Amino acid sequence: MTTNPYLFAAYAATWIIHIVYLATIASRYARVKREIDELKK
Amino acid sequence: MKIVFPILVILTGILLGYAMYMALSPNGAPTEQTMGNVQRIFYYHVPSAWTAFLLFFINFGASVYYLIKRCPTADIVALVSAEVGVVFLTVNLVTGPIWARPVWGIWWTWDWRLTSTLIVWLIYVSYLMLRRFSASSQTPILAAAMGIFGALCVPFVYFSIWFFRTQHPQPVMGGGGSIDPRMMHVLLLNWLAFSCFAFLVCWSRYHLEKLQRAVDEAHAMRSLMDETKMDEPGHERTAG
Repeated sequence: MTTNPYLFAAYAATWIIHIVYLATIASRYARVKREIDELKK
Repeated sequence: MKIVFPILVILTGILLGYAMYMALSPNGAPTEQTMGNVQRIFYYHVPSAWTAFLLFFINFGASVYYLIKRCPTADIVALVSAEVGVVFLTVNLVTGPIWARPVWGIWWTWDWRLTSTLIVWLIYVSYLMLRRFSASSQTPILAAAMGIFGALCVPFVYFSIWFFRTQHPQPVMGGGGSIDPRMMHVLLLNWLAFSCFAFLVCWSRYHLEKLQRAVDEAHAMRSLMDETKMDEPGHERTAG
């Protein structure tokens, strides 16, 4: 039985989790920036 | 700072890439004889847990400091370290079953190590939910107490495999197990890479939280000024 798919799945899952979290940070940054622009107006 | 951050991002990216190459290539870490290539999950599974626990201890220190000094910076550090720590512990909890399935023949078992790790994860998820959904001025104090409780559970996760019979292997550091020096080198390299990555994520998240708090304060000030204007003579409040 080859176990390489499990290895690939584990590494892929790791980076998917990190990328999703980084994307949420980026979206929160964008929202805060919009709020700052609104406040400046 | 504007130059330092991108440089650190590039260096951390290179380090993460090199650490991954060393973890996956037989030139870096040798292939384990019994498990084969699937054992290479170890180089992500274990450093993720170590990084998470390191962040939970930073949360512990910041929480204690906040309770003593009521310093807002410590409160932000506590929040950020818990959030990033939960992400790393999630990686540990996801990669664990993926490794267990081909090796143990099961995805999950309710043994001490796995269950205690899940409990610590749930404590910190609760911590983040408290921070997210409670608007009380007492929230940072409650959260600090919860963070201290969570950190006190972390040693239990580590020592659970010493105190109880579990399916989980013995620790590779601190006695109980042995490991090929080349494997240890790759393990430590990946931990270093993950720690640098966690530091950069915490840094971004810290600045985001500071900005968010400044914006919230500005909103509150504006509301207060609007209220004051409404209360001035000459302004009439309209119903509805």
